[in-house]
Amino acid sequence: MSTTLPFVPAETRTNYLNADYGWKSWLFATDHKRIALLYLFSITAFFFVGGAFAVAMRINLLTPDGIFTHDTYNKLFTMHGIIMVFFFLVPSIPATLGNFLVPMMIGARDLAFPRINLLSWYIYIAGGILTLTAVFQGGVDTGWTFYAPFSSSYSNTHVILAAMGIFVSGFSSILTGLNFIVTIHTMRAPGMTWNRLPLFIWGHYATSLIQVLGTPVIAITMVLLGLERVLHAGIFDPTVGGDPILFQHLFWFYSHPAVYIMILPGMAVISEIVTCFSRKAIFGYNFVAYSSIAIAVFSFIVWGHHLFVSGQSMYASMVFSFFSFLVAIPSAVKVFNWTATMYKGSVSYDTPMLYAFGFMGLFTMGGLTGLFLATMAIDVHVTDTYFVIAHFHYVMVGGMVMAYMGGIHFWFPKISGRLYPEGWAKFAALLVFAGFNLTFFPQFILGYQGMPRRYAHYPPEFQVLNVMSTAGASILALGYLIPMIYLAWAWRYGPKSPQNPWNAKGLEWEQSPTPPPTFNFEHQPVVTEPAYNYSGEEQEVTLG
Amino acid sequence: MADSEVILAPQEAGLQHHFDDSAQQLESSTLGMWVFLVTEVMFFGGMFGAYTVYRNMYPEAFASTSQFMNVTIGAINTSVLIFSSFTMVLAVRSAQLGQKKALIAFLVLTLILGCVFLSLKYVEYHEKWVDHHIPGPGFQYADSRYTHQAQILFYLYFAMTGMHAIHMIVGAGLLTTLIVMAARNRFSSRWYTPVEMIGLYWHFVDIVWIFLFPLLYLIGHTK
Amino acid sequence: MGVFSIFPSRASVAAGEVDALYTFLLVVGGAMTTLIFAAVFFFAVRYRRKSPDDPAPKAIHGSLPLEIAWTVGPFLVMLVMFGWGTKLYFQNYTPPLHDTLDIYVTGKQWMWKVQYPTGQREINELHVPVGRAVKLILASEDVVHSFYIPALRLKHDVVPGSYQTYWFEPKEPGRYHIFCAEYCGTGHSDMGGWMTVMTPSDYENWLAGGSGGGSMVEQGAKLFQQYGCVTCHVTDREGRCPSLLNVFGRPVVLDDGRTVMADEAYVRESILNPNAKVVKGYKHDIMPVFEGQIGEEGLLQLIVYVKSLSPPAASPAKPAASAAKRSPK
Repeated sequence: MSTTLPFVPAETRTNYLNADYGWKSWLFATDHKRIALLYLFSITAFFFVGGAFAVAMRINLLTPDGIFTHDTYNKLFTMHGIIMVFFFLVPSIPATLGNFLVPMMIGARDLAFPRINLLSWYIYIAGGILTLTAVFQGGVDTGWTFYAPFSSSYSNTHVILAAMGIFVSGFSSILTGLNFIVTIHTMRAPGMTWNRLPLFIWGHYATSLIQVLGTPVIAITMVLLGLERVLHAGIFDPTVGGDPILFQHLFWFYSHPAVYIMILPGMAVISEIVTCFSRKAIFGYNFVAYSSIAIAVFSFIVWGHHLFVSGQSMYASMVFSFFSFLVAIPSAVKVFNWTATMYKGSVSYDTPMLYAFGFMGLFTMGGLTGLFLATMAIDVHVTDTYFVIAHFHYVMVGGMVMAYMGGIHFWFPKISGRLYPEGWAKFAALLVFAGFNLTFFPQFILGYQGMPRRYAHYPPEFQVLNVMSTAGASILALGYLIPMIYLAWAWRYGPKSPQNPWNAKGLEWEQSPTPPPTFNFEHQPVVTEPAYNYSGEEQEVTLG
Repeated sequence: MADSEVILAPQEAGLQHHFDDSAQQLESSTLGMWVFLVTEVMFFGGMFGAYTVYRNMYPEAFASTSQFMNVTIGAINTSVLIFSSFTMVLAVRSAQLGQKKALIAFLVLTLILGCVFLSLKYVEYHEKWVDHHIPGPGFQYADSRYTHQAQILFYLYFAMTGMHAIHMIVGAGLLTTLIVMAARNRFSSRWYTPVEMIGLYWHFVDIVWIFLFPLLYLIGHTK
Repeated sequence: MGVFSIFPSRASVAAGEVDALYTFLLVVGGAMTTLIFAAVFFFAVRYRRKSPDDPAPKAIHGSLPLEIAWTVGPFLVMLVMFGWGTKLYFQNYTPPLHDTLDIYVTGKQWMWKVQYPTGQREINELHVPVGRAVKLILASEDVVHSFYIPALRLKHDVVPGSYQTYWFEPKEPGRYHIFCAEYCGTGHSDMGGWMTVMTPSDYENWLAGGSGGGSMVEQGAKLFQQYGCVTCHVTDREGRCPSLLNVFGRPVVLDDGRTVMADEAYVRESILNPNAKVVKGYKHDIMPVFEGQIGEEGLLQLIVYVKSLSPPAASPAKPAASAAKRSPK
């Protein structure tokens, strides 16, 4: 059953946006929704900084000889990677949509630790400032992977600053994850049992597990790297007995699970969108929920697939390859379940659903190409080539960023109290899809043909595909700029939104005004039905 | 539909507005602290991993460097920390019973013991400095067969004990805060959550040392 | 470039095998992609919401048989991929025991230095004959590089402090790219070259073109003299240091009870850090430590010389990459 509050125009009702004014009320906010907006603003800024580096890179790659010096190009791809991974992808959905929605979806008034939530934003900003300082002081040129001994003994760029930036921002990620875990365990509304939770919550819970367990390892890795640059004790330096491969193991032990930190929230968003825009309960709720947990668990035992060509024991490689295949299965299960949700549904083509379609197709392609990389004999050929770059951009951009855009559009009315222009939004979504594929599909081919990654210039026979890729990138960039403009416009001037413009299920839509008041609800929600009960049945029915 | 519940105006001291009752708040604080301690395990775990790798690679160098580990100071420090965990437990107990004077006394005692630990650590580090065993440009090692490997092992020694010491210093700061709060009557037998949480943290730091001590000082120790 | 192909040229037999596996994955991946795209598209059209007032459809909560099917099915297909890929991987990274043409490649910022047993040295060029099993022994003088030849579908990271190997049998004469595939600093994208595969007779001609300083064995022998190794490590000096006759490729018992294989990595370590592994019955601290005194190329020449002191049947029994110097992982 759902409750619709009488529609009261936003200006006449106090909500979290107008409850207080002034910069202090924002910078010292403990309201999870305001903190979510603080994050949204800063994460968007970092996205465009990282994107600017990408544009520069693609322009350089238009011609075989490029336009930048090698050192400049090396810094460009390093900074693109560091900013996109640590300052955009890892926090993106959890810190914005997660912060905003986790308490609301479970019927709570805030997260368990609101002040720690605010602290996590400041820590994120501090880490960002350190890293941007490294950028403005001349950049870092080690690649975002910081492999030793190049990073520990040879590079003469601002490695320590960048490492410190990553170290600091890691704690933001840890605190967010910690907050979510505790909140989901202890603050669910009466009647909100684990198996009635929206899958968005399951996905964020699994993400938080990884954040909490994995991030400390990158933190200590950055500490060891920084100390080594100062002391030259030799921990990663083979000329004095150190082991460069130890660095790779320490680095990837976090950085592989990190990619699941990035994708699980995206999947969480897709579960919400597909159900709403098919007007139908999710197919296979338990399977989708437990797949999230399975992905989180398996994510910790596959890191060695980054070391297949490093001299790692062949038997260890075999084990890592096997688990890498296994971790693909829960992801595939989710895609099948979302598709089955659409079966006999009532499918509408609003912008969030267009992004969800894009996700389902492109994430499938990205995930399948991951199988190529898990297959050791193929990995030997394509690792460190553009094939890998295409693979991870398919899952991260074709997957995660599409889910992020879909989520931003889906919850925009709830967050802002206004509606965005649907026509422009659809157009931008199509531009993104087209631009994305044109940018990254040629890179699979380039990779198999042998073009290595991190190349400032390349043999002439690779030029045609590179030009196609750059052309795609310009379309993709346009596809991202347009929403920035109309969303900013709609925030001020868009038509006011009704409480539940999508007729979606979920406590955030049904039992909270739009935009929500500071404490989310006017009455304590009590949950009596399963999630996604679009058909209105009381009992849960299963086929077969 | 749902009955209205008062969302604002908590009745109980220390209850924050977003919690329904103090039981929920305590449960949250406790779970939060445990999750945080798990992250700390992972944080130290990376260094323990690196240490294990190098110890396996260079057993003779390790045996050689182990003679420079001051087992006496290490053992004293171990008992100091264990005893401080005991006084911490007593502090939590006093808080539970609402005994303000005993609470402050035990917190102060714990803090003093923590400072004893840190002072002895300073003595140890000073010893290493005199011996030129601090990694960096000034590093020297008597047995030239193992100079490079010894530097790596000492680097890990300082990284691990140094990180532990930093956590001790933070703990000392937290204890000081508790003492001030207790003196200002912030705690009662109904609410003393920070004492309990910081107690958990203190025990964790103690446990890390209990792993460090045998690993760095005792196993394979040669004289 | 000629006809556009997603496959680069194939210089070896194994390259074709990797391509076959890749094609299999392309087919499976393509089928799965088509399936998902088609299903999503079809459902989106067939079940399109006609009007906002359409009633919500009936819920279908799940189907256990379907979940099992689409979990087990992909798993079985993946087992095939895993098995096939593992088999090829082991094959490509396990050189044959005998009769390989060993070529020594040293990477340094930002070039590849290639040394042949016959003594030729090249920079950024590799010449190999059709029909022989070629084994590359890879070393780095500074940072991690990666020696990549797309036409072979093979690469291996080149890690300072240890040796790596892979092998291949060239099949098709031609010139093929060599790339560095692990980012190594400013000149990473310059660090390329060419592998030239020649017919056996052309190869013989090329070899006969001469080498400046003699074969690697001869160069190694010179170093053996120059650094004083000859003062201890020959047969009639037993008692102070082990003789190096018939040592390479055989197990060695150490004074701490361990038994290790005397391969390239063992010899390298014994030169740079003699006290790490001391043969049973000998004392520590007798042999000087040569770390920092002999460069990677010189080390390789010495190793080839020591190899020559063992009969040909005693080729290394396992690739240098998995030698005891590696830490257990």
